[in-house]
Order: sequence, then structure tokens, then C-alpha cells
Amino acid sequence: MLGLEKKDFRLLLIVVALTMLAPFILNPFPEGSDMAQFNAGYPDLMQRFVIFGILAIGFNILFGLTGYLSFGHAAFLGVGSYAAVWMFKLLSMNVIPAILLSVVIAGVFALIIGYVSLRRSGIYFSILTLAFAQMSYALAYSVLTPLTGGETGLQPKPGDPRILDRALEPGETATPGLFGLFDMRDSLELTVGNWVFTFNAGYYFAAVIMIIAFYMSIRIFRSPFGMMLRAIKSNQTRMSYTGLNARPYTLAAFVISGMYAGLAGGLLVSMDPQAGAERMFWTASGEIVLMTILGGAGTLIGPVLGAGFIKYFENIVSKINKTTLEGWFYWLPDGLEDLVITVIYPFVGKGWHLTLGLLFMLVVIFLPGGLVQGGQKIAAAFTRKKPDDAKSSATEPAE
Amino acid sequence: MNNSTFSRRRVLKTGAIASAGLALPTYLRADGHTGFTNAPGDNEVILGFNVPQTGPYADEGADELRAYELAVEHLNGGGDGGMLGTFSSKVLDGTGILGREVKYVTGDTQTKSDAARASARSMIEKDGAIMITGGSSSGVAVAVQALCQEAGIIFMAGLTHSNDTTGKDRRANGFRHFFNSYMSGAALAPVLAANYGTDRKAYHLTADYNWGYTTEEAVKSSTEALGWETVNAVKTPLTQTDFSSYIAPVLNSGADVLVLNHYGGNMVNSLTNAVQFGLREAQANGQNFEIIVPLYSRLMAKGAGANVKGIFGSTNWHWSLQDEGSKAFVQSFGTKYGFPPSQAAHTTYVQTLLYADAVTRANSFNPCAVVEALEDYEFDGLGNGKTLYRGADHQCFKDVLVVKGKENPENEFDLLEIVEVTPVEQVTYAPDHPQFAGGDLGTCNPGA
Repeated sequence: MLGLEKKDFRLLLIVVALTMLAPFILNPFPEGSDMAQFNAGYPDLMQRFVIFGILAIGFNILFGLTGYLSFGHAAFLGVGSYAAVWMFKLLSMNVIPAILLSVVIAGVFALIIGYVSLRRSGIYFSILTLAFAQMSYALAYSVLTPLTGGETGLQPKPGDPRILDRALEPGETATPGLFGLFDMRDSLELTVGNWVFTFNAGYYFAAVIMIIAFYMSIRIFRSPFGMMLRAIKSNQTRMSYTGLNARPYTLAAFVISGMYAGLAGGLLVSMDPQAGAERMFWTASGEIVLMTILGGAGTLIGPVLGAGFIKYFENIVSKINKTTLEGWFYWLPDGLEDLVITVIYPFVGKGWHLTLGLLFMLVVIFLPGGLVQGGQKIAAAFTRKKPDDAKSSATEPAE
Repeated sequence: MNNSTFSRRRVLKTGAIASAGLALPTYLRADGHTGFTNAPGDNEVILGFNVPQTGPYADEGADELRAYELAVEHLNGGGDGGMLGTFSSKVLDGTGILGREVKYVTGDTQTKSDAARASARSMIEKDGAIMITGGSSSGVAVAVQALCQEAGIIFMAGLTHSNDTTGKDRRANGFRHFFNSYMSGAALAPVLAANYGTDRKAYHLTADYNWGYTTEEAVKSSTEALGWETVNAVKTPLTQTDFSSYIAPVLNSGADVLVLNHYGGNMVNSLTNAVQFGLREAQANGQNFEIIVPLYSRLMAKGAGANVKGIFGSTNWHWSLQDEGSKAFVQSFGTKYGFPPSQAAHTTYVQTLLYADAVTRANSFNPCAVVEALEDYEFDGLGNGKTLYRGADHQCFKDVLVVKGKENPENEFDLLEIVEVTPVEQVTYAPDHPQFAGGDLGTCNPGA
């Protein structure tokens, strides 16, 4: 269906179901309970899940298929964000032109960087992309301050021209919306007993775009073009001996991947209209690589899972503080309570990086294929198939 | 698809679950009919403390968090009450805010505006925080302030010194108690002129970001007004750790004063480099070479060690102040944590109290009522003497301390000595002063 094989179509349906039902899935614990700390079903985080999902899907088209490890993908995210905010400032608070421009600008930017960087492969390519991204960051942070807002970042202001929009009423703030139908921050809340589920317009808008992006990525993976990219990954030298010039293919993959990142950047500022230079910093690029590897590079769903995993840690585990821990373990005898809290405390709150790092190490050592491989192992254990069967199911991890 | 089995058993089971679900009280609502975002319930009110717990300003962040915990304790009637006893407004009685117990959530800004906004949004959307406060960098403060304006939440800025927070990027829902670059310049210049004379040539090294620019501009214009000349102003990358290559040209530039518009680790490194290059002993234009650090903090002085001796700078507050408010605050902070508070801790503690007080006086948590209560509000007893929260730009106006590194510190906290308390009149400016121009406060936004 939709030009997909049955198995891929099923995967797409699973993704659709997961994204559409996310407000329920992510809020399993009733409000006010101790476990409510672990609820992730609030608009900001749900939006981040799908937006960084798009980013990781795009990165996977480059890294998962061609094996070219770009270490500067955050630059495209940042460029997309700035482009979108300028659209908000100059044209309209409607998100459509903003997102379109962010994709186009990121694409052009990727074409330039890719044209230069793709002359080298392997580690040299990674370092070149890293250098370009750091350069963009440094420019955005200082020299280009009039264009990017520097350290403060770029945000829409009440006094901006916005030539297509009507003038603001006094006291009204300009918020991104879709043709005036709804604002990205509009939410409906459903209360069932003690549970509160939030349905956010911006989230669903981003989720629909992610589903389209995911569908396009499946089509690319299964197309002759995708096959060519895989061939480049397995042996580029042999490809050139057969008389085939690989560079147009890698450049195309690089640009597509950059456009995905630009799309993510445009969506990010549509949900929260502020673009800062830090989102181009090299740690942000590294995070994208982590997401992809953690989830399973080269698999379709893996990067999305990895993105969700990292964002969950960043937003949920980092907010557990000492008081929260005391609330959980108050029932333990005093000495033991202190001991348990002392042991756990370094791993939560500001120590969330540590926990994430440990988990990342565990995944890389025991599940080289990422979370997807973990899922396959579990599935294999239940269906009692030979592991070989599971491996052949077209979600082969990258080496 | 004919393998679906609608057995009687399954239908009954599904039906039972569905009716159980329907029996639960269910209602669907659009955001808030309470008139404003995150209206608190009858028993508790949640404040969001958004501070850097990792990154370059983690020390400041940790100290801010300590102060917030202390403020919450005092508001809820615990401890010795701290500055509640010395505050000129007496409506806070230790029963929380408007009879509701104060609870708080914390977040990590990482000193990145993106992370800070994500953290603030989760406080607003998930935890139901009614007020966000904190931050240890102007970029973060401006970003979170704009977010709070959009969401209809009050923002009480923490340590943010750039002019822009209450200048070009001011917002109706945001308030700053901390002083700013302009005030530093205005307070420092006369002291510098008195100590170093009016015939001086200054060389600026400026951290290459927003705060650096406004501080450079402020110090430049105030010193030039007194007859100083600015030889050169060089931007240094924020991530720079070795400033040797920036210091070397200073000696031959014809300048006789070096102004370090650096903060935190930057300042510690650049000052150390400057001292190593012998600038303190150097002579230029027939005068002693001098170094100036416009914004000082105890934590920075600690990092730079003996190098700060005799170097002038300005600060918002210092624990050695002898007024009743400061003494009470240092007393209760010291009892709880074992060392004196920093200026970051002081400003965040005061901001929390001011918010609680404004809510109580307005008798409402509605952001617009709070804004009205804070605007043009005059208070005293919070450590800075008589202070005005100006309505035109939501900036506090109070005396500014000019300090210098102590020659003979008695202990590891006793690093700065107060040279002069510059009276508020001398640091007051018009809301549309060129260094603050281009801002639009807008009107308060109560959200939903």
C-alpha cells in the first residue's frame, strides 16, 4: 500500500499509531502520584520527540545509508531555525512559509558545505563538516549578531513588520499558527479520573510532518537511489572501478539530509519561536550522532527511538532533584534513606549526562545494532524463531 | 482480513473495560478558564527555579538554588525568617503565599537559551509553575523572559547584567532586581577618576557576546565622559581559556589601563594572564598600569586568587554589608550552609521574596495583578537600601557597590572590600537612554 511493501507499511502504521496516541502512551501515571515525575506527555517534550525524530531520520539517510558520518548536522538545524524566525519577523506568523524557507535555506547551505566536504571521505569528511558547523556557530554567536541575535538569540518581537499579518491588538503577543486556524500552543486537556492527557495542536502538526518525513525516508531506503547509497557504503572503490561517479549520489543524500535538519529547525522555532546559536554547537551535532547510534543506525525506526530516548533523559531525569528523591524514599529507615539517596543522587538531576553515558556504553557494547536490535532480541525470544530470521528482516544495523 | 474473532467473551470484556473508562469522571477542556495560566489550587503554589546546574556558571547556579531553598523555607515559616523580618513590607507572615504552601521544581538551564527554554516550558506545561525565576547569563534571561511573556507567566530574572534584559529586550512579564552594565559604568567611572586621574588611555578586552558588548559600551561612555580615551577594544571568544595572545599587544598599545569585560571563568583566566605578563608592575605614559574588572563576584575573586588584590570593580551586593537586611540574610544562609552567600544568591532570594510579597499585596496570583503590584514599588530592608522597581522598564534602582580586591584577606570568603556605595541618583538613567533604546515593554499577558 502507498507503494510500500507489507512489512514497511506495517511499520508505518505502528509509527502513525504511536505518534497519534502519544499523549496517552507518554502519560501513564496519574497526576499527583509519585510516579508522575516520569510522565512525558506535556506539549514541549512531545514536540521535541517528533522534531528530533525528523532530524534523526534525516541524519540516518546520510549516515545509515552512505556511511558518511557528518559531525556538523546541527549547523543545518540552526540555519533552518534562523530562516524560520526571520520569516516570522518579516512575513507572517504562519508556520508554512517559515518552514518552507527553512528547508530551502538549509538545502542550499548543505549543497555548499557538501560540495566541499564530500571531496574527502571517512574521518576527513567528519572533521570538515565539524569545522564548518563550528564556524557557523562562531559566526552566529558574534560576527553575525545583527542577523542572529548573537548570544541572546533571535525571537519575534511585537514591533516586527510582519507584512502579511494584521496589526497586533495592544497586549497581544504574536504566536506562530497555521493560517489562523489554530496556534501552535493551543491545547485541549482530557481529564479521566486522575489522569490528565494534553492534546496539543503544535504537537499534532509536527507529528503529521514527521509521519510524512518517515514515509519519504522509507521510500528512499527502498528505492534504486537508496540501493546506490548502500553500495557506496559497502565499497566505494569498487563503485568507481565500475565507472560510476559516486559523488552526485552522496551529495544528493547530504542535501536531502540537510533539508530534513532544516525542516526540524523550522519546526522547532514554530513550536517555540526562539533560535539560539547553541543549537549549532558541536555538542548538538554529537547528540544527533548519539541518537542515531543509540537507536540503531541504518534502521528505519531506530533513530526516532534514539531521539526520544535522549530527549526523555534530558528533560525528565535532569529534573529529579534531592527533594524529589526524599519524597520517594521517605518510608525507608533514616540511615538507609540517606544511603540510597547518596547512591542515586549523582545519577539524576545534573548527573543525567552520566546516566545517559552509562546507558550509551551498555547499548554500544551489548546491542551494537542499537535499541532496534534489543527489540528484535526480545521479539525473537517471544516468537522462538532463530535469531537469524530476525536479522534478515531488512533492519540490518550499520557496522 | 477475516481473522478477527469477535467472540462473545471478547466483546463482553472490551465492553466492560470501556464502561469502566466512561464511569470515571471525564471532561475535556481548552486551556484554563481561570483567567490566567497555571492558577494554583487551594493548598499549594509551585515556583520554577531554572538555574545552570552544569556548564560554565554552575557555581553561581548552585548558589542560587541554595538561596531559593532558603527563601521557600522562610516563606513557609521555617528557619529564622531571614529578610522577612527586615523587609519594609510586612504582609508576608510565614504561611506561604496567600495561605498556600510554597513548593518548587528545579531545572537545568545549562547556560544555553534553548535548554533553558525547554526546561522552563516543562515547568509551565508539566509542573504547573506560576512563576519562573533564575538564570546566570543574560542570553538565558532574555530567552526565558520572552517565553514567560508568551506563556503568561511572571519571570523574576536572576543574575543578568546586560543592559538588554531591561533595555532592548524588556518584557512586561519580566522583572530584574540585579543591576546592569550601565550602572556599573556610571558607578565605577568617578571612583576610577578619583584614583587613577582623568588623563588615562584604556584598552578593552571584551567577551564576544551580548553582555560583553553592553558592558564595554557602558564603561567606555562613562569613562570617556570623564576625560579618558579609549585606545582599542578587542573582542575575545567566549570559549577562550588562554588570553596571552590578547594581552601581549596591550603593553605596546600606548594604553595605561586594561578593562576586562569578562565574567566567570573568562575573567579568572584573562586576569591571571595579565598579571603573569607583569601588567600590574608595568609603567605606561609615566603612570602605573592599572586593571579594571567592571563586574565582580566573590566566586570569581576566589577563582583568581591573589591576582584580584587592589583591582576595582562593581557588584550588586556583598555579604560584608552591615545593614539589617544583609546581616539577617548572611546569618540565616550561613547557619544553613556554613558559608556566606554570593551576590547571585542574594538577588535570587530577594526576587523570590518580592514576588511573594507582590502576590500577597495584590491578593491574586494573576500575572497582571502582580505586574501592577511590582511596578513603581518602593521597598527597603532587602540589603540594598531604598530600592525602586521602575514601572517603565521593570528594572530595580538602588545603590551600587564599587569594590576592590582586598589586600589582606582574613579568610577565603573575605576577598573583596567595599570602596564606595554609589548612591542610586548617580546610576539612574532615563528609560529611553540610548544604551537601552529600542525596547518595548508591551502589556502584561496573563496567558489563557
